[in-house]
Amino acid sequence: MSALADALRYLNDPLNWNRSGGILDLLVQHLTVSGAAVLAAAVLAVPLGVLLGRSGRGRGGIVVLSNVSRAVPTLALLTVFAVTPIGFSDTATVVALAVFAFPPMLTNTYVGFREVDRDVREAARAMGMSRGQMVTRVEFPLALPLVMTGIRTAAVQVVATATLAALVGGGGLGRIINLGFGQQDLGQILAGALVVATLALLTELVLVLVSWAVTPGPRRLPFRAAHPSRVGEPEPTSSGVPL
Amino acid sequence: MASLGARPVLGAASDGAPVLAADEAPNPWFDPSYVTDNWDTIVGYLGQHVRLTVGAVLLGALIALPLALLARRTRVLSGPVLGLSSVVYTIPSLAMFSFLAPFTGPLSATTVLIGLTLYTLVILVRNFLAGFQAVPADVREAARGMGYGPGRLFLQVDLPLALPAVMAGLRIATVSTVALVTVGVITGNGGLGQLIVGGFNANFYRAEIVTGALGCVLLALVADVLLAGVERLLTPWTRAALA
Repeated sequence: MSALADALRYLNDPLNWNRSGGILDLLVQHLTVSGAAVLAAAVLAVPLGVLLGRSGRGRGGIVVLSNVSRAVPTLALLTVFAVTPIGFSDTATVVALAVFAFPPMLTNTYVGFREVDRDVREAARAMGMSRGQMVTRVEFPLALPLVMTGIRTAAVQVVATATLAALVGGGGLGRIINLGFGQQDLGQILAGALVVATLALLTELVLVLVSWAVTPGPRRLPFRAAHPSRVGEPEPTSSGVPL
Repeated sequence: MASLGARPVLGAASDGAPVLAADEAPNPWFDPSYVTDNWDTIVGYLGQHVRLTVGAVLLGALIALPLALLARRTRVLSGPVLGLSSVVYTIPSLAMFSFLAPFTGPLSATTVLIGLTLYTLVILVRNFLAGFQAVPADVREAARGMGYGPGRLFLQVDLPLALPAVMAGLRIATVSTVALVTVGVITGNGGLGQLIVGGFNANFYRAEIVTGALGCVLLALVADVLLAGVERLLTPWTRAALA
């Protein structure tokens, strides 16, 4: 198939990687924008989720937020922020992606802290732990798997969505695809798709390993089927949508 | 490809400070006269948006149903089916459309339809499978004992009991597909996404962008409410139990 051969030829050309504005430059830009967005969203969403999850308030609001966020096209978010006074730039992309990464992180953190066993909390308090000690030493480790699920879902979505920025004048790896479509160059389209899809899958892989490494307690190797009873159950809290 | 890095600065002032034309003319966020003047165009794109969404969800449901039934029957199959579906889920939509472009044509609506179908398939298989697995074995046993054949068993026992999960899957798939259709703009078949990117390209015309974005959100909400209504009609027994 000639498109695939063209794509491999494109990817096999060092100039396409190393020149300024080549794949490596775009990759750095892609990762910088994505990382900044995930960091910004995490800084806001995780503490808020901890606060709301511990007090148990704001449940209705979070449900509405996570449902509505599913309905808002990411392309619309990216475009709308690009035409605000921020102007279209990497800043606008970061803001749009952060807005978009916020709901899954908040929801998962909230649920994680909400579901900490009441008895465990009581025991911690009875042992004389202060509020800060309870949060950091008892509740946070217990909530960590869900918090990490939120961060992973959000980060993978952000890396995937960052490609769409190219449609509205932004940077990142989406440019290769966008340019390919503009020139009707199937090889370049396919090459861009391969790079973008690989990056998304790698992000998922790395974050699964990170979650596995930071989660305390008995360890199951990642990627092995979890509880057999849970197979086929949709993930309850991640408001994951493909991008 | 240094020219790629250059921003298309419009109306650059002679003193070197770039000024976007968007900042100079009145550019309201929403303009009713835009909607009335371009009503036919908007309805045209809305029609395409609805056709793509309905097509993708219907096709996805038609393929997901046998897959879910097959996966329920044999535990060997359910692992790969679910594993593959989460890999598909991780691929960014822009890359998905790019992968399909060499086969179905870079400017055809079929590319978008097939890509969207793959995504709905992922959501639907998971939810259908969860729904069918939750049907109690005793109930199926009893029905079989009463002489129900496989067809009647499916239609009169499995389907009604799995209906809440099936409808939940259809609602999630529909809402996220409505949002995803906008990415089809890369092929020129993005439904209301054409307005979003069209407005961006037409000198950052905010009224057009916001009309497209609001249209998507409203369409998603209307579709969700409609499906919720269908679910209510199809499950009269849940209301009888509550009353």
